[in-house]
Amino acid sequence: MTTTLRQSTPTLALPWDRIIPWAVPAGLIVLWQILALVGLINSRVLPAPTDVVQAAIRLTLNGELFKHVGISAWRAGVGCLIGGGIGLFFGVLNGVSRPAELLTDGSIQMIRNIPHLALIPLVILWFGIDDTARIFLVVLGVFFPIYVNTFYGIRAIDPGLIEMGRVYGLNRRQLFSQVILPGALPSILVGLRYALGTMWLTLIVAETIAASSGIGYLAMNAREFMQTDVVVLAILLYALLGKLADSAVRWLEKVTIAWHPSQNLT
Amino acid sequence: MLYIENVHKQFDNGFLALEGIDLQIKPGEIVSLVGTSGCGKSTLLRIVAGLDFPTRGAALIDGEVVTRPHPKVGFIFQAARLMPWLTVAENVQFGLQGVSRLERQWRTEQVLQKVHLLNFAQTLPRQLSGGMAQRVAIARALVTQPDILLLDEPFSALDAFTRTQLQDHLLEIWATDRPTLLLVTHDIEEALVLSDRIIVLRPNPGRVHREMAIDLPHPRRRSSLEFQRLKDQLIGELDLSPAAPDLVER
Repeated sequence: MTTTLRQSTPTLALPWDRIIPWAVPAGLIVLWQILALVGLINSRVLPAPTDVVQAAIRLTLNGELFKHVGISAWRAGVGCLIGGGIGLFFGVLNGVSRPAELLTDGSIQMIRNIPHLALIPLVILWFGIDDTARIFLVVLGVFFPIYVNTFYGIRAIDPGLIEMGRVYGLNRRQLFSQVILPGALPSILVGLRYALGTMWLTLIVAETIAASSGIGYLAMNAREFMQTDVVVLAILLYALLGKLADSAVRWLEKVTIAWHPSQNLT
Repeated sequence: MLYIENVHKQFDNGFLALEGIDLQIKPGEIVSLVGTSGCGKSTLLRIVAGLDFPTRGAALIDGEVVTRPHPKVGFIFQAARLMPWLTVAENVQFGLQGVSRLERQWRTEQVLQKVHLLNFAQTLPRQLSGGMAQRVAIARALVTQPDILLLDEPFSALDAFTRTQLQDHLLEIWATDRPTLLLVTHDIEEALVLSDRIIVLRPNPGRVHREMAIDLPHPRRRSSLEFQRLKDQLIGELDLSPAAPDLVER
């Protein structure tokens, strides 16, 4: 009975929950296109969506797009891996060890309060304008959110659960893998989401200031030639990549911390 | 056999929680520790569990001084303390570190059946009610087939109906394997329903004030005259002056 009912409904009911969030952006694009066609928006100020699409096709066909996106993604990935790794390491270390916390946490908090983008002049002096400088900045940007959230996640674990581990004679390694790590994981993933935000932000700034490749360079170079369509395309690419990274973490949360109250059980 | 020999416990701040505690608990006996707050009853239980250490004296299980959690001892806390990322079955298996997979599964199934939660084996703790969560905690403690079960106010966070149910349930389970039960409780009725013997502790410093043997047959009717008489007697043994108002609830 119920199956026949369920089968008959989809023809009438579209998945509105999935469609509605797209209504506003889609409407804005349509409006934008119309205003550009009527000539109310100067294409030097803001090119029509179709122009941006054309720019995307042009750059895809001559290989430029993938080259720059690839390089940016590589910088972001390497920076994130190194910064995240260091952040995770210190977060775990200081989370489980009070002496380590006393020794390093104060210094880390001090450095955290320097806006890392303010270091750009210094970083250029140190590393010049090649990839090392940009990756260094990404590392700095990613380190802190991962560190802070890992540390907090470990400290926020219910001490009762850790005692449970002692009751059943878990050694330090087992305690870490069976209680501390899974307990801190939700917080670590929150840190990762913040970190990915800072990752793109840092990269955009670093690439627009001094670079000869990457999406930021693509935008700055296009500005020199007044190619507003390419500039807009570059901005959209950042938005897309940012969204993609965020979705990846959401997916990761879904598979690893389905038990957590932040996740809806199905 | 569980011996507690001349146990003293002084905390770092100088507070003398326990002084000269001597107890012997026979296998299969059900013993309750009652007393107003600060009498050291929970500390004493934690010493037996190997989670806390006496300043002097020792707890001995089968002639062996307890220095860390003993594998033959199960512990049930006031909160269920389930790992929220593990299913009910996995939480029960948490008690079975280093046992083969097949035996783990078999024993988990047996014990979940005992607490009537076999249908919830794959459920996550956040979907359980308080009473169910505590039954999982009981199952986790039982799955190692302990000789001694330590219970620290195990049902005090539950509503009155669930509490009564679980007390009866605990006795049912106890009747099959007859482990020693050592129970800390705030609840006088709970102590009277479950125990063969009630140890009354008094604070400042924590000492054994009195031992009461409870000879009533099981199941005990909470409304019987004899039960009420023992309850009055027990309340009299506790020092319930206004300075210690902690115990009158329930």
